[in-house]
Amino acid sequence: MNARPTTGESVQSGPVSQQRLTLWYILRRWPILPVVLLALLVTMGVGADWIAPNDPVDQSLPDRNARPLFQDDSPYFFGGDHVGRDVLSRVIHGARVSLSVMAVALTAGMLIGTGLGLLAGYAGGIVDEVITRIVDIWMGFPFLLLALVAAIIFGASYSTIMVLMILVAWVSFVRNVRADVLVIKESGYVALAKISGASTTRILARHILPGTIGTITVIASLSVGNLILYEATLSFLGAGIPAPTPSWGNMVAEGRDYLQTAWWTSVIPGTALFLTVMSLNFFGDWLRDRLDPRLRQLG
Amino acid sequence: MRRYLIRKLIFAVITLLVATMFVFGLSRMAGDPLLLFAKPGGYGMSPERVEQLSRKLGLDKPLVVQYLVWLGRVLTGDFGDTIVSETSVRKLIWERAAPTMQLAIASFILAMLMGIPLGVVSAVKRGSLSDYASRTLALVGQAAPIFWVSIMAILLFAVTLDWLPVGTAGPDDVSFWTWTKFKYLIMPAFALGWGPAAALLRLTRSAMLEVLDSEYVTLARAKGTSYKIVVWKHAFRNAILQPLTTSAIVLASFVTGAVVVERIFAWPGVGQLMTDAVWNNDFPTLTSTVMVFTAVFVGMNFLADILYGMLNPVIRYD
Repeated sequence: MNARPTTGESVQSGPVSQQRLTLWYILRRWPILPVVLLALLVTMGVGADWIAPNDPVDQSLPDRNARPLFQDDSPYFFGGDHVGRDVLSRVIHGARVSLSVMAVALTAGMLIGTGLGLLAGYAGGIVDEVITRIVDIWMGFPFLLLALVAAIIFGASYSTIMVLMILVAWVSFVRNVRADVLVIKESGYVALAKISGASTTRILARHILPGTIGTITVIASLSVGNLILYEATLSFLGAGIPAPTPSWGNMVAEGRDYLQTAWWTSVIPGTALFLTVMSLNFFGDWLRDRLDPRLRQLG
Repeated sequence: MRRYLIRKLIFAVITLLVATMFVFGLSRMAGDPLLLFAKPGGYGMSPERVEQLSRKLGLDKPLVVQYLVWLGRVLTGDFGDTIVSETSVRKLIWERAAPTMQLAIASFILAMLMGIPLGVVSAVKRGSLSDYASRTLALVGQAAPIFWVSIMAILLFAVTLDWLPVGTAGPDDVSFWTWTKFKYLIMPAFALGWGPAAALLRLTRSAMLEVLDSEYVTLARAKGTSYKIVVWKHAFRNAILQPLTTSAIVLASFVTGAVVVERIFAWPGVGQLMTDAVWNNDFPTLTSTVMVFTAVFVGMNFLADILYGMLNPVIRYD
């Protein structure tokens, strides 16, 4: 969104004139705020054990629904929840959960999706037909609902949600990688590689895959926000990360019942989630406009 | 055109069939259906009883036959009984359908009324304050999780300002067309409609920008037509096609959104029935509501395809 159409005044080639280099201009041109927020998020996720001031599951009944520090004298910066756990520490550990689920799902989805996309695009024929149809059908599913059914049967757990997230993540890679491969495989250097006797694996890995990296990066960055949102929604509905482990989704769900007396228990994790998704969307849009403006319609 | 529609229809049917297989397969993984008959304390059914029951339920047949029998029942609307209250699931869903539809329709109208006019204004006055305001609205709407929007709305309008009531769809004995009842609808409809409104806004804006840039608009302006007429008569009519097509997909997205919104606002619809079933481990209710919602979802996507085919003459019919 922060990039403008090509006729806009902010897209200029050539050196930036001195007076335009205001703070506002920099903020609009580079995704500085999102990157700062995301860096903070990653730090929180990776270093949760050292950064969090308290144990995220440690209950303390006297501090039940303790007010945040800026409202009252309180043991916890962002207050305590309904069983006296530190909301700040839970949000920090929740970042770790969101990040780890997202990272695993994205990596696995990316590998599966790219592999199938390469296969469909390069092999063509019946293989292409089958893979494309499966993707079409998959995209027509209301996936959240089927995830609810699956979560009840296999029990809401870390591994269940991981598998479900992978099942969401892979599709968009297939379509776009396939489209790229269809173009690249007609190009002269692939034909030359074929003539000089390169094996199919080598052609795919050395000649075609590098051409799809841009697309893969863009799709990945655009999916991240959705994946995090998905995990949070499932956790919120009680089909994601099970109760004592903090996740932003289940924190909001637990805090919802105490909205009148202790708003911070649900508003703070919810806001963390919102800022994260918004930063990721901003960053993804920026990356897309930089790497591959053709993919614009995906946003 | 006809080939295109038939093709889309076939895919819609296949998608639905795959969904039923998925649900049936999962329901078998959930455990032996015979266990439902093992009353608490009365475990250890005799082998004869097991055999008799499985013959009665058709469990001695191959899995494919069992699936087809189950599918036939689902298609005729026989979803079985709930575990919790032992009433017919079909009756329950039927009772809950009206509130869900109210909510969906209200959100849909809201999304159209917010998204399309703001998208036009934003495109016509590009770079203005109202453009930035609209785009910020769209940006927040697309990133904000529905449950976060809902909770912030409750906090602001129900808890702090005390303007709107929250929880349930209002008293049952009051007519729907009254303010008493209507004010319960405002926040859920807004929470559900904002995201789609944002999508419609972005689509309308980019379509309008493209059309306003075209030569016939310049020509219309050059021959002296007023700006208002050019915008609304020449440009808007052409730009609106794509957002209109997408509106069916917007309705489809309400399926998942309604589950979340109904949970937060305790709105007595099908979505709430579904999440209650998640918490109660009520499997028949869960699968039936999921099947109903999946059917709606697939149907709406099919409708979008039809609209797209009708409105867009350059579509490839292959």
